[in-house]
Amino acid sequence: MVYQNENCFRLNHLENSWDIETYVANGGYEVWKKVVSGELEPADIIEEVKESNIRGRGGAGFPTGLKWSFMNREAPGQKYIVCNSDEGEPGTFKDRDIHRYNPHALVEGMAIAGYVIGASQGYNYIRGEFWEPYQVFKNAINQAREAGFLGKDILGSGWDFDLHVHLGAGAYICGEETALIESIEGKKGQPRFKPPFPASYGLYGKPTTINNTETLASIPMILAKGGKWFNDLGVKNAGGTKLYSVSGHVNNPGNFEVRMGTPFKDLLELAGGIWKGRQLKAVIPGGASTAVLPAEKALEMNMDYDSIAKAGSFLGAGSVIIMDDQTDMVKAMKNLSHFYWDESCGQCTPCREGTGWLYRMLTRIVDGKGRPEDIAALKDVSGKIMGNVICGLGDAATIALTSAVEHFEHEFVHYIEHGCSIYDRT
Amino acid sequence: MSSSTENFIQGEVKERIDRWIAEYPEDQRQSACMPALRIVQECHDGYLTTDLMDQVAEYLGMAPIAVYEVATFYGNYNHQPVGKYQINWCNSISCYLRGGEELREKLEEKLGVKTGEVSADGKFSIKKVECLGACGGAPICKIGKDYHENLTEESLFKLLDELE
Ligand SMILES: NC(=O)C1=CN([C@@H]2O[C@H](COP(=O)(O)OP(=O)(O)OC[C@H]3O[C@@H](n4cnc5c(N)ncnc54)[C@H](O)[C@@H]3O)[C@@H](O)[C@H]2O)C=CC1
Ligand SMILES: Cc1cc2nc3c(=O)[nH]c(=O)nc-3n(C[C@H](O)[C@H](O)[C@H](O)COP(=O)(O)O)c2cc1C
Ligand code: SF4
Ligand code: FES
Repeated sequence: MVYQNENCFRLNHLENSWDIETYVANGGYEVWKKVVSGELEPADIIEEVKESNIRGRGGAGFPTGLKWSFMNREAPGQKYIVCNSDEGEPGTFKDRDIHRYNPHALVEGMAIAGYVIGASQGYNYIRGEFWEPYQVFKNAINQAREAGFLGKDILGSGWDFDLHVHLGAGAYICGEETALIESIEGKKGQPRFKPPFPASYGLYGKPTTINNTETLASIPMILAKGGKWFNDLGVKNAGGTKLYSVSGHVNNPGNFEVRMGTPFKDLLELAGGIWKGRQLKAVIPGGASTAVLPAEKALEMNMDYDSIAKAGSFLGAGSVIIMDDQTDMVKAMKNLSHFYWDESCGQCTPCREGTGWLYRMLTRIVDGKGRPEDIAALKDVSGKIMGNVICGLGDAATIALTSAVEHFEHEFVHYIEHGCSIYDRT
Repeated sequence: MSSSTENFIQGEVKERIDRWIAEYPEDQRQSACMPALRIVQECHDGYLTTDLMDQVAEYLGMAPIAVYEVATFYGNYNHQPVGKYQINWCNSISCYLRGGEELREKLEEKLGVKTGEVSADGKFSIKKVECLGACGGAPICKIGKDYHENLTEESLFKLLDELE
């Protein structure tokens, strides 16, 4: 049996799950009350979060409890909690649904995180296209304020905390945490060098903690039921539940909240199996930034960090892109390469120029004008980007492509030799 | 369309921008640059001009170049007139895998407009965008503020016919 909807999506089946009444009727804001009343101390919260073994759900998988412990709560001066809801990785659409169906979990999670790190102000960076999710979230902020859960002197505790939204305007790179900070500051979203990490130099130069939407929305339940509860839902090295966005060639695409370590096969079944009665060809398990896996490897893996790594890819943001046995891998990679070329912020030469090279070469191959040396050139350009750039976008631009060439090289060769796809044979 | 844009930031436009300025620390007016540009664009038939960007710069106390940088870096700001309905068509992988590209070609044919252009009557324009973060509903497009998911030729054409 596959367990579903035990944390962020636990209210999704209820009518008006986005409403504060529903949330409160189901135990919402109880943790927050304990926090502001001093019953739950910041140090204890960090211990619980560490014990839960939750790792950053934005894709990098950094342990959340550890990240929070980098902040010095008692240090004087403004600090910030920032939520990353820029969600732009092709294949990723989970944070949108957290906003739409459980916005109060996010409000409560941000408030708790803010308290723990000593931040009286929080920003939720929502991508500008998410107008409806933004409206739902804004309504949740207003409801929480009215109920006295946000604002000045919360529930008579003497603690102030308020939430704001910053809307993006169509730039994937702003999901990278330092680009996101630049963007809130009213600048182009170009990543900064790390270190310094945001914990020491963040928004407006102040100590800042940035977490993904799903990470923060998971916190209230972790503290309500205990870190151990959450950890035990998952597997070694991967505590809890995770939202998986399943898209592509399945009958029933969508978000599924399941336990870490759920077999890929079971997830595929939840998503209705491969469409049109076809067979599975390949899977990108963690969003466009992660390596492509051929069917036989994917079918053996479980959905957790270690198992996916063993299969040769990465859990990333849990964005599972399914490709059926009619998928032209070369064209699919051309599509991905266009994305990175379009979204490169342009400040590192290898990324700015290299992503253009990759896209142009793949276009040429698909157009039937590929040259024998092109496969080596794709590898060569990828190698020159990898590791020689400021942020993860440049590296990501090469990862899926390199793995596709590794596993499906014959398709690239066929294109170059025959000027058409293996599926074009008549 | 050459509406005069002298003193554009007043009345409702100004009020809306001021509400955003209040969301940031007092000494960080520049943070409201993105919302200000969005609001000005919305109230100016969906696109920006140099004059409008200059007014935003002046209002927020920024150097004009800093505003141009923002306005050209982010994909959602337009610098040319757009259709009354701008169709933002997702071009990324999950939409592509479910026939998004073929459907966009049919859309171009139906409207007689190429991607990047505006229809002769000014009603529609098509803009290719990258992943809209709703890949479970692929293929999708965004018109105005609304997402339209699981598009088929039939549902898309019906949708277009219903737009005034
Ligand atoms: N959700 C989405 O739409 C997208 C997700 N991604 C994911 O993002 C990942 C890359 O993210 P990055 O932030 O570049 O990874 P990273 O490894 O640099 O950082 C991860 C987090 O840990 C913190 N951190 C790491 N080392 C630290 C240290 N020594 N001291 C203090 N803090 C530290 C960082 O500040 C950050 O918050 C990729 O693996 C990809 O899966 C990428 C694109 C889009
Ligand atoms: C190019 C790029 C885009 C990113 N986009 C997102 C995003 O949309 N959402 C997100 O949460 N993290 C994104 N990340 C990861 C963030 O930099 C950061 O690791 C994350 O927000 C930290 O939160 P977490 O520890 O809770 O995962 C991106 C990273 C890179 C390199
Ligand atoms: S790797 Fe690419 S996206 Fe990242 S900072 Fe460099 S140029 Fe910008
Ligand atoms: S690929 Fe189209 S919405 Fe994500």
